[in-house]
Amino acid sequence: MFIQAKDVRFSYNSVDVLKDVNFYIEKGDLIAILGNNGAGKSTLIKCINRILKPKFGTILIEGQDVEKLGSEIAKKVSYVSQRNQATRLTVFDAVLLGRRPYVKWGISNKDLEITKGVIGMLSLQEISMRFVDELSGGELQKVIVARALVQEPSLILLDEPTNNLDIKSQIEVMNIVKQIVQEKKISSLVAIHDINLALRFIDKFILMKDGKIFASGGLEIITEENFSETFGVMAKIKNIDDRPFLVF
Amino acid sequence: MDKKDILKRYRFYYKKKIFIIILLFFISLFFIIFSTKIGTFNISFSDIINSFFNPNSREGTVLFNVRFPRIASSFVAGFGLAIAGCVMQNVLRNPLASPFTLGVSQGAAFGACVGIVLLGQGSLGTNIIISNPYFVTACAFAGSLISTLTIIFLARFKGFSPESIVLSGVALGALFSAMIIMLQYFSNEVAVTSMVFWTFGDVGRAYWNEILMMAIVVAFSFVYFLLNSLNYNAIQIGDEGAKGLGINVDRIRFVSMIVSSLITAVIVSFLGIIGFVGLVAPQAMKRMIDFDHRFILPASALMGAILLIIADIVSRTILSPVILPIGAITSFLGAPFFIYILYLKGKIK
Repeated sequence: MFIQAKDVRFSYNSVDVLKDVNFYIEKGDLIAILGNNGAGKSTLIKCINRILKPKFGTILIEGQDVEKLGSEIAKKVSYVSQRNQATRLTVFDAVLLGRRPYVKWGISNKDLEITKGVIGMLSLQEISMRFVDELSGGELQKVIVARALVQEPSLILLDEPTNNLDIKSQIEVMNIVKQIVQEKKISSLVAIHDINLALRFIDKFILMKDGKIFASGGLEIITEENFSETFGVMAKIKNIDDRPFLVF
Repeated sequence: MDKKDILKRYRFYYKKKIFIIILLFFISLFFIIFSTKIGTFNISFSDIINSFFNPNSREGTVLFNVRFPRIASSFVAGFGLAIAGCVMQNVLRNPLASPFTLGVSQGAAFGACVGIVLLGQGSLGTNIIISNPYFVTACAFAGSLISTLTIIFLARFKGFSPESIVLSGVALGALFSAMIIMLQYFSNEVAVTSMVFWTFGDVGRAYWNEILMMAIVVAFSFVYFLLNSLNYNAIQIGDEGAKGLGINVDRIRFVSMIVSSLITAVIVSFLGIIGFVGLVAPQAMKRMIDFDHRFILPASALMGAILLIIADIVSRTILSPVILPIGAITSFLGAPFFIYILYLKGKIK
């Protein structure tokens, strides 16, 4: 077991957002967290690398308690936030920031080489010297994903990585995520709103409702009953090219 | 140049920024020398060199007792206020932030006035002579913290927008100015004269001991800021993302604001309020190089130093032999610039 969450509880101003959540992730897993707004998807993701500190419960990475890892966690887990601000930094510098957990006194040649490698992998060479505040939403998102990869993590957390992106960028970002999980043999947890986008790219799911995990597993949990329970809407599932799609 | 090799392009860009900083260093050097020569009493190059071997000569006395302290004060204060402004602008994500616009300088001035007048620290003449600089600086620091903590509270816990934060800063500044006036009301006329003089900063006030103290505080703060430059870069892109990089964003934001207040307090307690340098220097540099704090910090620091040295030259020469307070000169320059940044922000929306 690579990552294990035990009885994780979290509350904002005495409102329980996560209620005793338990789950585990194996190495190489790509998992989508699905659920309505306020179901606790983002909160769950932020609790894993301690951007938020759970009120109760533990999260273990390879058997180690995250709480005891401190800022070392940034070498194991990287996080792609939904809220990123465009700023006057070059793309290269923005991606290079992913080396922050490793930098002691100054940036080394190794840091530069790794950054260059990731920029190449995500085909960002053309924009590498442009300023972040001149990029489109899709480009910025790729830059943030690149920064997460430069951290050389074994788990990437993505919080709504496709929000506000056009359809082409959505597919590009999801393709990149899928590709890196397969190539680098790392795990990834993706909180995502677009159910069909998730169904197209991802094979494992956590369905969340009211701060609890309603169901988790592979494509077998993708049933009309589970969906109507989780989201509170009626939907039909149709198979296209052997993949299920949700039709409202 | 090979367009494909991004590392080569990055290194070229990196060197360009270093070049700009070196250039700024030489520009500051030029103005230091220029400022040494110019004034009511003109001094030639050979006199400058001679005075180092013969400091008791007429030229030597002028240089070591009057001109060099002024230049050193301008350099250190410009340097310090610029880095304080630069860091405040970053951690509050507010291009209008600076020690002066947030009321931190006014808070420090009020603290210093309380220290000097109410508690009888120092003797009052045409100039305020501080007999216990540590005590007065501590009072100034306490005053500056009132503004800083209020601003942190409003920005972080109440979620005020950058514009509202600056409005709050203006209110704090007005409040402290009013409190200084109250102090004046209850003081004798000598003290009143001194305090009025105080509200406009003057680089002619400090002597070597005070300059050394300012320099030490500014130097240590600069090192602290530089060590955090990558963290500041990450905070610019977003708090959550920065936290995901293992950065303790809340602590860095808090400590940086406190350190900025300390810089402001030391400068204000020895020189008085010098407005707008902390706003103009970083903003001007951000338009020239990017927001990478490894470069913007030293670049704004030098820019701040250059601006104050120029302001000092102007203050000494424009109505020579009368020396205007430098605070008045920087406000002439800074206030229109402040409106210009507001105008730019308005246009973006």
